[in-house]
Amino acid sequence: MSNEIKHHLTDELLMGYSAGTLPEAFNLMVATHLSLCDACRAQAESYDTLGGCMLQDVSETVDMADDALDATLALIAGGVAADAPTRPSCDVLPAPLRDYVGGSVSDIKWKPVGMGVKQAILPTSAAASARLLFIPAGAAVPDHGHKGMELTMVLQGAFSDAIDRFARGDVEIADEDLEHMPVADISADCICLAVTDAPLKFNSLIPRLLQPFLRI
Amino acid sequence: MFAEVEPVETCGAAEAVHQIMRKRKTSVRKGKTAVNREDDGCKPQGEWVAHVLRIRSAQDKPAFAELFRHFAPRVKAFLIKSGSTPSQAEECTQEVMATLWHKAHLFDPSRASVATWVYTIARNRRIDLLRKERRPEPEELTWGPEAEPDQVDIVALQQETAHLRKALKALPQAQRDLIEKAYFGDLSHREIAARTGLPLGTIKSRIRLALDRLRHAMK
Ligand SMILES: [Zn+2]
Repeated sequence: MSNEIKHHLTDELLMGYSAGTLPEAFNLMVATHLSLCDACRAQAESYDTLGGCMLQDVSETVDMADDALDATLALIAGGVAADAPTRPSCDVLPAPLRDYVGGSVSDIKWKPVGMGVKQAILPTSAAASARLLFIPAGAAVPDHGHKGMELTMVLQGAFSDAIDRFARGDVEIADEDLEHMPVADISADCICLAVTDAPLKFNSLIPRLLQPFLRI
Repeated sequence: MFAEVEPVETCGAAEAVHQIMRKRKTSVRKGKTAVNREDDGCKPQGEWVAHVLRIRSAQDKPAFAELFRHFAPRVKAFLIKSGSTPSQAEECTQEVMATLWHKAHLFDPSRASVATWVYTIARNRRIDLLRKERRPEPEELTWGPEAEPDQVDIVALQQETAHLRKALKALPQAQRDLIEKAYFGDLSHREIAARTGLPLGTIKSRIRLALDRLRHAMK
């Protein structure tokens, strides 16, 4: 399923995911990409292995309380918290996104942001933000630059910009240097997950008026 | 926090670690004999696997107690290095170890060593505890009909993990310290740069260098 993915996550993101140092929105991006990409999943597991080795050989250990084992056995006897419900599958949203949307693609609460483009902001911690974007077939997202880092991953359809064409599972990584105007393929509406650690900045006048709506 | 991330690279330094783990999917594993006793007198990884399997199949408390004595002080140290108070860390470690018991049926020794598995449980609990955030996990893979892990895969994974561990110990101290900070300090590369006073580019290239060395050691 993942053989066609051409644009992957960076080493830094994969290592950060494994080390647990990314903001929640970036973790969501990584978990969603790993759900579709076996190559990055294998790398992420390798970084976990590195973490396991660090744990084994941690430079100093810290003694537990005298009654810790008994206390833990008591916790165990107390039973286990119920697992989160597994949600029915969805062709567009991998499991981590279904958890944030609370269902499938039809449960997304879209808000129009102009020119047919819609977005749905996902509930994450404030350190970075995540949203789903809906771009009608053939439509363009206004020319914009970025402040900070923005990752965009395609979930349905495809878009193209000056860099390349991006299809399901592909991640475009944009930083301050990239100004681009993604255009959705004409064949299908495009749905993306976008995460950023700063608000987008737009170049032309009308999009600038839209910016307060897009700002998250 | 990632404004200075480099362009995407699919064959970067992380490939190092990646290759180590991928080897088991290739013919490299064929003909290897299982020699995974480590040279530092620790139990070999395989014995911890047996402990978890005994917990899973027989709710074996003595096996759990041994695992606990080995891993709990490490998990506690990890949590304290990551910013927990000692009392938080104590409580959280007990929860991590209880989770290990409850999730023993999910442990797959062909995909992770026990240490790796404990690490991921502790890391997730830390995010929960210190950041009050949930941690999105990738969708579970469905492995098809042959659900029982292959013994050859299990042995191969143990060997490779032991090998990685050895390579990690052989790293120059400065590189090892950076990796430890990245994993245990709950610090992004940028934050490590701020703490150590080294430029961000230096931090990144040192981590990259460390990963490259690991790759070479695994060849
Ligand atoms: Zn990938």
